[in-house]
Amino acid sequence: MRRQALVSDWLWPLAVFGALAVVPALHVSIPKLFDQPISSPGTLQLLGACVLFGALALTYDIQFGFTGLLSFGHALYIALGVYLSNIAITDWHWSFWVSILFTMGVALVLANVLGFVSLRVGGIAFAMVTLAFAQAGAVLALKDPHHWTHGEEGLGADYTKLPHVFVGILNTKNLYWLSLVFLAVVFFIVRWAVESSPGRVWQAIRENEQRVEVLGMRPHLYKLQSFVLSSALAAAGGIVYMLLYSGSTLEVTTPTFTLTLLLMVVIGGAGSRWGAVLGGILYTYLNNRLVAVGSSSTVAGLPHALRTPLEQPLFLLGVIFILIVFFLPGGLAGIAAHGRPSGLRRLEETIRPDRGLTAPPEEA
Amino acid sequence: MSTFLLLTITAFGLGAMYFLIASGLSLIYGLMGVLNFAHGAFISVGSYGAWWTEAHLFSGVHSVVLRFLLAAFMGLVIGGVFAAAVELVLIRPLYNRHIEQVLVTVGLQLAFVALLVGIWGPDAKVFVVPPWLHETTTIAGAHIPNDRWVEIATAATVLVLLQLFLRRTRYGLIIRAGVENRAMVQALGIDVRKAFTLVFAIGGVAAAVAGVLSGVYFNTISPDQGTSLLIFAFIVVVIGGLGSIGGSAVAAMVVALTQQYTNYYASAGIGDMVVVLLLGLVLLARPRGFAGAVVGARA
Repeated sequence: MRRQALVSDWLWPLAVFGALAVVPALHVSIPKLFDQPISSPGTLQLLGACVLFGALALTYDIQFGFTGLLSFGHALYIALGVYLSNIAITDWHWSFWVSILFTMGVALVLANVLGFVSLRVGGIAFAMVTLAFAQAGAVLALKDPHHWTHGEEGLGADYTKLPHVFVGILNTKNLYWLSLVFLAVVFFIVRWAVESSPGRVWQAIRENEQRVEVLGMRPHLYKLQSFVLSSALAAAGGIVYMLLYSGSTLEVTTPTFTLTLLLMVVIGGAGSRWGAVLGGILYTYLNNRLVAVGSSSTVAGLPHALRTPLEQPLFLLGVIFILIVFFLPGGLAGIAAHGRPSGLRRLEETIRPDRGLTAPPEEA
Repeated sequence: MSTFLLLTITAFGLGAMYFLIASGLSLIYGLMGVLNFAHGAFISVGSYGAWWTEAHLFSGVHSVVLRFLLAAFMGLVIGGVFAAAVELVLIRPLYNRHIEQVLVTVGLQLAFVALLVGIWGPDAKVFVVPPWLHETTTIAGAHIPNDRWVEIATAATVLVLLQLFLRRTRYGLIIRAGVENRAMVQALGIDVRKAFTLVFAIGGVAAAVAGVLSGVYFNTISPDQGTSLLIFAFIVVVIGGLGSIGGSAVAAMVVALTQQYTNYYASAGIGDMVVVLLLGLVLLARPRGFAGAVVGARA
């Protein structure tokens, strides 16, 4: 029994992460899947992004899949990591490590304050409030009142202040490893968290919040815990994002950015660690590669009406997402669930109107 | 004083659009429990529908005013039909699965914006309107663009029509009763699901009106316009209280006025922040929204 736990808890994940770690050493080309050899900086940058989004999707899954909190404002905390670390380094000329510590400190405070306020409401109201807070952040980054973010131009990082191992095209493999280490850290933290006793309360809240309350526990505190952990890890992921793309752009502040994380988690399987990671990796890969497919000669030969949608990855991914919601509510991970309720089926309770904002309770 | 007046009337114009979007969202949520993200798509269907028919279907019509009216009407028809189709094809099969319904509307919204970008490109398109709308009327020293009056009048008309429909017709009665207590309406042997398609169609038409008006207000239409209007409409819905048309109307004006005044007197962008702050305050003080419908509080 213990041996089995050892294998599934540690050997499997470590084997997967270990296998991913040797990827930069592969000097091979896979023609259809990647334009350039695996070890080339271009491909490693793409793979780094895939792995990073796997981790970001997992941070979102802490509150969505494991606690049943539907947030539309997760991008706020990622954007905080992406922007504040860069602003501290580039605009304020702080040292790298101080900037990172400062960013994480601010992220923790902000997550606690905004989480406390928005968790006063449940269900769909929570989604709307988090969306509104994230929108405020997006407006702040766009309007740039203090000339810190440089609005639509974006803010390139001052590379002289960054650790040298993360600067320059030749070091892309280090950035890939950084993303991978981040994924592994998030993965093990999430596993430890959801299997700890508070983590079990999160999942109980997801299943039936009232019952948790009846048991004498205060769901509000546990939900805040989940929200803060999820948001803080997202901010840390934002810092990795800033290093990977050596700067900050407004893309990470938009509501669409949060929605794409939601798409990743649902496609992979909400409430499943491997599912969320897989969803993030697959989504990011397709989002990048479908552009290439869209501009390929096969597609160029198609009539205009068919070609145009194919050139827009988000259109195809949106359609795939809708199909998954309809026909595979457990996501990709749900295929392995063998008929047990998984993914969205376990989230039915979370935004029932009588738990969110609405008209009076209705029929069961 | 003239600046203040201009700001106020402009805010009413903007609030008119917020109200048109929020009223549909509010009815749909109140009756069905669906937070409809695809409402952003409905807005774009209206604006792009009018824009396209103006250039392609009615290019032979000589009078600019008539052409604009015909195109706007087509925009509304397409918006309503599209919304009803969305309800029938995507929402109805997921009856009582709230999380799936919300996610499907999210996916639809993202895919639809991408489709618009794919077909007509990401750039803004000039929306052709009768020249009179761009002229100004001088009132008490303030030069008010004429389109503001049209926006305000349209929203007021929709408000009156909606209230009449909800209070004076049988279907309106069913919808109001459904918002109040859906289970009871069903227990009385009334098929509420027919009303679902109806509120989607109504919401779609109202959103399409807002789409056409946004083309008039901003002079241009672009794929992401629907999304940005939608976010403020969400805020309006929460502040106004769900399922309440009157609440939406008041909240739309409060939000638009706050936004305009602070954006002008403080600094651009601050208005948007203040509106979010307002939302936070409302939720802290009155989690049920101003209209008093049950918002946010768990049953």
